[in-house]
This record gives sequence, C-alpha cells and structure tokens, in this order.
Amino acid sequence: MRNLARLFNYKGSANTAKERLRLVLIHDRSTLPPGAMEELRDELIEVISRHVDVERSSVRLEIAQDGRTQRLLADIPLKRADQRLPEEY
Amino acid sequence: MARVITVTSGKGGVGKTTATANIGAALAALGNKVVCIDADIGLRNLDVVLGLENRIVYDLVDVVEGRCKLRQAMIRDKRLEELYLVPAAQTRDKSAVSPKDMKKVCDELGKDFDFVIIDSPAGIERGFKNAIAPADEIIIVTNPEVSAVRDADRIIGIVEAEQKGPAKLVVNRINHDMVSRGDMLAVADVLELLAVELIGIVPEDQAVLVSTNRGAPISLEAKSKTGQAFRDIARRIMGEQVAFTSANGGGGFIGRLSKLIRSGGD
Repeated sequence: MRNLARLFNYKGSANTAKERLRLVLIHDRSTLPPGAMEELRDELIEVISRHVDVERSSVRLEIAQDGRTQRLLADIPLKRADQRLPEEY
Repeated sequence: MARVITVTSGKGGVGKTTATANIGAALAALGNKVVCIDADIGLRNLDVVLGLENRIVYDLVDVVEGRCKLRQAMIRDKRLEELYLVPAAQTRDKSAVSPKDMKKVCDELGKDFDFVIIDSPAGIERGFKNAIAPADEIIIVTNPEVSAVRDADRIIGIVEAEQKGPAKLVVNRINHDMVSRGDMLAVADVLELLAVELIGIVPEDQAVLVSTNRGAPISLEAKSKTGQAFRDIARRIMGEQVAFTSANGGGGFIGRLSKLIRSGGD
C-alpha cells in the first residue's frame, strides 16, 4: 500500500517529457518559426478588421495536430453589430 | 522479389544495429532467406553484433567498385543456413557508395532472397540516404526518451516525403518499472506523439549486452522475453497478427493506473 500511496503523491517526469515533446514537435514539423505566430496574428487582425470589427484581445491562433497533419487554426470573435450605437448625423 | 526493409532512427545509439541483427536472425529462423546489409560505411558494427567479424574478406564498397562479385562479399551465418551478411567497409566513408549503387545491389539480391534488411547509419545525411534509397519499407527504432523521439519524428517526416509507405515503429528499451513510476514515456505516449504504426516493443534488458558480447542474437534464445519481442516483430513483418502483450507492452494494470493518475493530476 505504501507503494501505491507513493504512486498517488509522486508526479513523474514522463508527463513533463511528453508535454515538452508535444510543443517541440509542433515547431519541428512546421516551417513557421515560433516567434512568427505573434506577427501573423497581428497581421491577420489588421486584414480582417478592414472588413469587419473583431474582438482584438480574444483572437486566438494555434497550430493543431491531426495525426501527422498540421492545421493553422484561427479563432476570431467578431464584435456584435447590435452593441454598437447608431451613427449620428 | 525480396522485400527491402531499412532500419533507421535519426539518433545514434538507440539500437538500430541490434534490431537489424535480431529481426534478420528471427526472420531467417522462421524459414525465410534473409540478407542483412550494413550501410554504415566507415563505422561497421553489424558484423560484430552477428558474430561474423572474423570471416570478412570483401565488403560492400568492394562490390560497388567492382573488386569482387556480390556473392563473394556475402558471409553466411554460422547458426542459420539462410542468413547472410554484406558487411560495410571500415576504411572508407559514406561517399564511397551512392543511392543508385544501393538500389543495384538490392535488385541483384532481390532475386535470391525473401528479405533484404538494411542497417542504416545514424543521421540524415548521405549514409542515411543510401540506406533508404532501395527500401520498400522503413522501420524506425526509437527509445522512450525525448531526443530519440524527436529525431524519430524528423525521420518519419523525411520518409513520408520520400513516399516509402508509412514507416513502422519499434520502441526499444522500455523499462516497465520506470513507466509505472511515471518516469518514462509509455509506448502509448510515444505513439500519440509520433502518430505512426507500431510494429514492436522491446524491453530494456541487460541480456542484450551479454548476447552482443558473444556475437549471438538474442532473438535466437528461445526462453528470452526480449528475444520473443524481436521474434514477434519478425512475425508481424510476415503479416501475422501478433498481440502486444502487457508483459512487453509497458501497459498492464499498474501502467494504466499510473498513467491515469498522471493525466488526472494535470
């Protein structure tokens, strides 16, 4: 039982290894340098804002894994039209 | 025609040569005609692992450069009638052989054998390219350890681009106690990270060093669990459905339990 108790309290290093590897592999597989995500995010917001108002602070950009395929996922919440005051003449 | 299978890894020291020798011997023991080629020119080792180092007269570079016939460079194993080795040259470098040379050699061997198993050098340079050029199938050996898994992923990517069919994975040197303790990546973790098909799980075992000391592949030791793991790989290569048992899976009840606890603790 003591072994089992130790098992419950002890948080092994394997989880750390797995999590670190997950992030390393995302960048190894991608041609997008780690630092370029921020820049891409800002540029995307800029382009899309020309057409529609977006919630800038809530925009999320991430690389998702689907087996060995990678996808760039962008979650871009839009501002609601009915929350805006009518324009005054 | 023979199936040409290249064993590679990216990272050095994960057990490529040991895996090549053991899979080759196991396939031959199952009645196949097998030839192993050491493609690690300049750093040959498959000869000593198979215990055939004293019988080398000609090597792969001698064949490629026309100093001997392919038959003359083939060394027949002492234990198994149908197992042969084509050794690498020790005093030359990787540039002595080209991918085209490797294809030619494998084409010639293909007529007389069921399997050609190529032991690739570490790295992703010329020697690796030579080793995968003639391959119909690729087996990637890795260890449950960050640098080996990372390099395996790189190799899988390259192999995908070369259209060699989906690479298959051997997870070598699994230590069940460490997996249970949560201090070693489990096979399931490695598979999830690499998203590739599994073909073998080999436990960490001091008996492997003993067998290498003797130059006798452990896959020929009937009572060895590690030998059984290599024999299982050979049978899977031949198309048999062999279950991954908890005895060699690093899974089992304790393994699953500790994994559950670990993932719950996040």
